[in-house]
Amino acid sequence: MNLSFWLNGKLCNDEVEPGMMLLELLRTKGCYSVKCGCETSNCGLCTVLMDDRPVLSCSVPALRAEGKKIVTMEGMQKEAEEFGSFLADEGAEQCGFCNPGFIMNIFAMERELTDPTEEEIQEYLAGNLCRCSGFVGQTRSIRKYLAYKESQKKEGIRE
Amino acid sequence: MLKIKNYVKVKSIAEAYELNQKKSACVLGGMIWLKMGNRNVSTAIDLSGLGLDTVQEREDEFHIGCMTSLRDLETNAALNEFTQGAVRESLRHIVGVQFRNCATVGGSIFGRYGFSDVLTMLLALDTWVELHHAGRIPLAEFAQMKKDRDILEAVIVKKTPQQSVYLSQRNTETDFPVLTCAVSLCGGRARTVIGARPGRAKIVEDPDGILNGLTEMPETERTGAVQKFAEYAAEHTTFGSNMRASEEYRKLLAEVLVRRAWETLGGMKR
Ligand SMILES: Cc1cc2nc3c(=O)[nH]c(=O)nc-3n(C[C@H](O)[C@H](O)[C@H](O)COP(=O)(O)OP(=O)(O)OC[C@H]3O[C@@H](n4cnc5c(N)ncnc54)[C@H](O)[C@@H]3O)c2cc1C
Ligand code: FES
Ligand code: FES
Repeated sequence: MNLSFWLNGKLCNDEVEPGMMLLELLRTKGCYSVKCGCETSNCGLCTVLMDDRPVLSCSVPALRAEGKKIVTMEGMQKEAEEFGSFLADEGAEQCGFCNPGFIMNIFAMERELTDPTEEEIQEYLAGNLCRCSGFVGQTRSIRKYLAYKESQKKEGIRE
Repeated sequence: MLKIKNYVKVKSIAEAYELNQKKSACVLGGMIWLKMGNRNVSTAIDLSGLGLDTVQEREDEFHIGCMTSLRDLETNAALNEFTQGAVRESLRHIVGVQFRNCATVGGSIFGRYGFSDVLTMLLALDTWVELHHAGRIPLAEFAQMKKDRDILEAVIVKKTPQQSVYLSQRNTETDFPVLTCAVSLCGGRARTVIGARPGRAKIVEDPDGILNGLTEMPETERTGAVQKFAEYAAEHTTFGSNMRASEEYRKLLAEVLVRRAWETLGGMKR
């Protein structure tokens, strides 16, 4: 079946099998940041943005992407690098396997919540499992990253 | 694994109903649950093009389209104001934001899952379901029915004046609940719902009127009535065991959750 959608800003036209999931399609299109970490829609590793909202690409039929804007980490390299430096500074990552889904969900949170509390951050990210860490370093890095973005915004206004 | 032969994005509910009469056909909600099954589907019926993915506030009811995501329900300001945040509380522990952006109200209610927070919460309100073939029926009736091949178009929450409180217990964050509990004073009547027993959520009636006039009682009397009803509810509900908890534990837990929920609704607890 024919599918037309936007992937990281580029219009794509693809022939897809009726039962294909978005995750599989994205990987065939070279988006290897999108990974499958579970069979139960539980881990959040496959998170991508669909029309700016975070969804589990392992559970969305590819055909539901029709006409939609899909963004993966490949489309947010600069932003991911920027946030990645905060993660590294806090020693928050170990094997790094969970990072792509986790980072995409942080970008979604940044759009959706204004000045979130620690509790709100943890609630928003509860669907991203990390097998190595206790989320303490991650939470610290997110708070510092958000504070940095806020200060950048303020500086922008002043200029 | 779910294998799909044909995928049809239907143009109307009537078309969906027609296609769904074949046993090998299957309606797709958010597909979160379906995906985990092993099934060969001849025709997958996608309702996502019918504009049934919003919560509409009308004069006397909330009309929740079957494709509304759990996240949209959770963040709907009007519905949460109406239920004093109980709806949000019932949904926010379900896996994660990305999950709730995918899972639908239709799939959650049509599935009538034993563990369902969604079913427990909605049973405590004046809730109806709109089915293409069977029409509008109370959710309490629908919850008891066997699965058939009808299409659930929408869930209706009537604006019957109510106060409600939702509580659940999980062994760990984002896991399935060990027990769910919703209580409400809906149209002046006390209603208690216990779910994840682990069977389907059930309404526990108050035939002896233990909670009658709860909000007007002096505090000591109110405390006594709530304790008495909590014991009654735990005693008159059937529980079972599974990998998450034993029958005995659930029974003890039910008494605690019912008491706490009514204490909150009665203004004795925040
Ligand atoms: C790992 C995991 C954890 C979960 N944890 C919780 C939890 O803690 N609390 C909780 O309440 N729920 C939980 N759920 C259930 C989840 O919230 C949804 O209720 C469930 O996934 C069904 O919703 P769906 O939109 O994915 O439906 P689908 O999987 O698409 O469909 C479910 C069923 O309903 C049918 N169907 C769907 N829509 C319609 C319609 N409009 N008309 C007729 N039939 C229809 C389908 O054919 C199918 O039989 C969990 C599920 C999973 C997989
Ligand atoms: S792969 Fe685990 S939630 Fe999608
Ligand atoms: S750092 Fe290893 S899974 Fe998260």
